[in-house]
Amino acid sequence: MAEVKPRIKVPKTAKKGELVEIKTLVTHVMESGQRKDAEGKPIPRRIINRFTCELNGKPVCEMVLHPAISANPFISFFVKVEESGTFTFAWHDDDGSVHKAESRIEVTA
Amino acid sequence: MTSRRAATRREVIGQLGAGALAAGGLLLAGGAARADVARAQKLLVELIGDRTPQEGKVRLDMPQIAENGQTVPLTAAVDSPMTADSYCKAIHVLADGNPEAGVCSFKFTPANGRAEFSTRMRLAQTQNVWAVAEMSDGSVWMTKTEVKVTIGGCGG
Repeated sequence: MAEVKPRIKVPKTAKKGELVEIKTLVTHVMESGQRKDAEGKPIPRRIINRFTCELNGKPVCEMVLHPAISANPFISFFVKVEESGTFTFAWHDDDGSVHKAESRIEVTA
Repeated sequence: MTSRRAATRREVIGQLGAGALAAGGLLLAGGAARADVARAQKLLVELIGDRTPQEGKVRLDMPQIAENGQTVPLTAAVDSPMTADSYCKAIHVLADGNPEAGVCSFKFTPANGRAEFSTRMRLAQTQNVWAVAEMSDGSVWMTKTEVKVTIGGCGG
């Protein structure tokens, strides 16, 4: 299994009340559990099952993922920023691990 | 085996393959598509309960034809204010022709400012993708869009 590596694209600065677009991508096989290996044995499911985004510790949004989401899941969405702070993104893996990334945004009046 | 030529390995494999194809064809003809729609309908009830979805408000942007079912872009959005009093709580995406009906559920808060998200999904075959929006006032809105797939995306 290749390393799970999150990549995020968040503006560094924004005006108060501005709608900013956030794009995220994490390298992950998203093994569906439907596939079989060369010997015909099912390959166990292993996906990112949940994604969350927080700003300064407050939940902004979350997504529940099923095996129908493509490998290397890409997720983009919007946030209306009212204050400077740190975005925390977390990808919850079927194997119990949580992959995290952070990004700072400065909000001006 | 002296008088008659033994079947070659190639012939045996060919016959096995033809048998498997015939069996697969029978399964498909046996209402597999209907079973998939029923599965999506069952999941929909689990997600929204006995509320009846109305047409409109929610938008689902996907290509009409996907050349590769492994990764099909989708954008779902709801025409809604995003204030503490009135906002879109969640958009659920379902697929009625995949091995599992669930695709994803995106849960918003008013902090999002806009009820829209994008991702990429797998489509095993040509099918309808459903987007179901839950609003803070309890109303539910739904739209369906058909995507034609030329190469499947679920384990094929």
